[in-house]
Amino acid sequence: MTDTTIPGDTVQSAGRTRRRLPAWAVPWARGTAGVAVFLLLTEAAGRLGIISRSALPLTSSVLARTVLLAGNTRFVADVGATLEAWAIGMAITVAAGVPLGVVLGSLPGVRVATRAIVEFLRPIPSVALILLVSLLLGPGLRMSVTLIVYGAIWPVLYNTIAGIDDVDPLAKETARAFGFSRLATIRLVSLPSAAPFIATGIRLASAVALILDIGAGYITGPINGPGIGAFVAQESTGASDLTVILAATVWAGVLGLALDLLLTGAQRRLLPWHQARLEDAQ
Amino acid sequence: MSWLWRWLVLVAGIGGWQLWASAARSAFFPAPSAIVARMYHLWFSGPAAHLFLTPDATGNILPSLERILASLAIATAIGFPLGIALGRSPVVTSYLNPLLQFARALPVVTMAPVFIVLFKIGTQMEIATIVFGTIWPILLNTMDGAATVDSVQLETGRVFRLSVWQQLVWVIVPAALPKAFAGFRLSLSLSLILMVFAELVGSSNGIGYEMSNASNAFDMTFLWSTIVLLGILGYLLNALLGGLERLVLGWHADMGRA
Repeated sequence: MTDTTIPGDTVQSAGRTRRRLPAWAVPWARGTAGVAVFLLLTEAAGRLGIISRSALPLTSSVLARTVLLAGNTRFVADVGATLEAWAIGMAITVAAGVPLGVVLGSLPGVRVATRAIVEFLRPIPSVALILLVSLLLGPGLRMSVTLIVYGAIWPVLYNTIAGIDDVDPLAKETARAFGFSRLATIRLVSLPSAAPFIATGIRLASAVALILDIGAGYITGPINGPGIGAFVAQESTGASDLTVILAATVWAGVLGLALDLLLTGAQRRLLPWHQARLEDAQ
Repeated sequence: MSWLWRWLVLVAGIGGWQLWASAARSAFFPAPSAIVARMYHLWFSGPAAHLFLTPDATGNILPSLERILASLAIATAIGFPLGIALGRSPVVTSYLNPLLQFARALPVVTMAPVFIVLFKIGTQMEIATIVFGTIWPILLNTMDGAATVDSVQLETGRVFRLSVWQQLVWVIVPAALPKAFAGFRLSLSLSLILMVFAELVGSSNGIGYEMSNASNAFDMTFLWSTIVLLGILGYLLNALLGGLERLVLGWHADMGRA
């Protein structure tokens, strides 16, 4: 976001300097204010009956329950299980997707030949495989990880190919002219140049992985083992208590945000030579 | 030549599967011929007057398609104008940013039980789930596109004394479109995922509902038929979007790369 219009440490015309927030703190302050106003408005809407209390619980009760859930050992175990499936799934996705993308990106022949298969596999929505995979492998971690890998590998694969395509041909030719082998060229020129694209693909994949992780648990229910999805499924059987479900949703959102921040931070740290590029090659 | 290769590999792949399936007789992997035959009987053997669609197809495939299209239309109708407005007002955006980031990070699947309580099981709940999941890529990408309009273009517009409205239509919206389309592409694949999810969770018709019936009956050929059908639908919707993109963004230099 552009913050150029923010009056930083300006001197007030009254002649005395008023302490203003430093420029970096302004977005934080505004963001906090935005969140606070949102929470107050929804709370007021609930209390004034604009939103029927029988339909949606009050914001304050949801927040209170959110805090309480952090001390609930079962829920904490569920969050841990969700994270575990996410981490294993993402590790396999990256370990398979990036090399595959490099191969397809650097060998046009293989790419053309496999294109039809890839183009027919990719549009199959990964959720559609939940029931098949749960019949095949039985519910559990193996099922979640399989689904995550299937759904998350496409953004990684496509962004890697796009990144390899985007490599400056001059840089590649130069490396070749200096006698670097094909593999060395890929390692020293193509991969560093494609890295920001790959990083964006991994971030997109992470969001898909979390949706599948929780969605699969929700559909197969607690027999899938612990997880946020199973927790929500259990809480929504019978007379569902929306306060708990919304509280779990808040934690799921926090988890999604935390994972995204983690990946963005890792991207900045590992790829300092590139400003974060947000093109997605989907 | 290349398309010949492509199809050759695909045909070889399906042929290999067919041979393997007829040899192995796996209960989980029916032969492609069996799947195609089942799909034909289930959905495409109807009267010519109904475009060969059977009642089963019109009762399940069409509702699913309607849900996707209606949801994407709603998500675009809200997300695109809002994205343009927020993209051009950095101050308002700085107040809303944490809320928007949180909403985007929210795995929408946990909201399904909430929507079930709010809207009861049925089309409304499904559309709510899909809209809630697909609006963020459109909104945030449009915001990004509208926020990064080339300043030379804006100044040029000002020099020519374009009204605010004209600037919006002739400068800002065209500049935001490529990013908006990238977001829309993400939303499209998300909408398929959420459509199936919502129909698995709470629906009395639709492809996801059929899929859940197939799984309960342990009818693997039926289950595979629904999966293949969803793959074909996804492919067609993507192709449709690609065509629309070429039509709308043909002038854009970065086209092809998006």
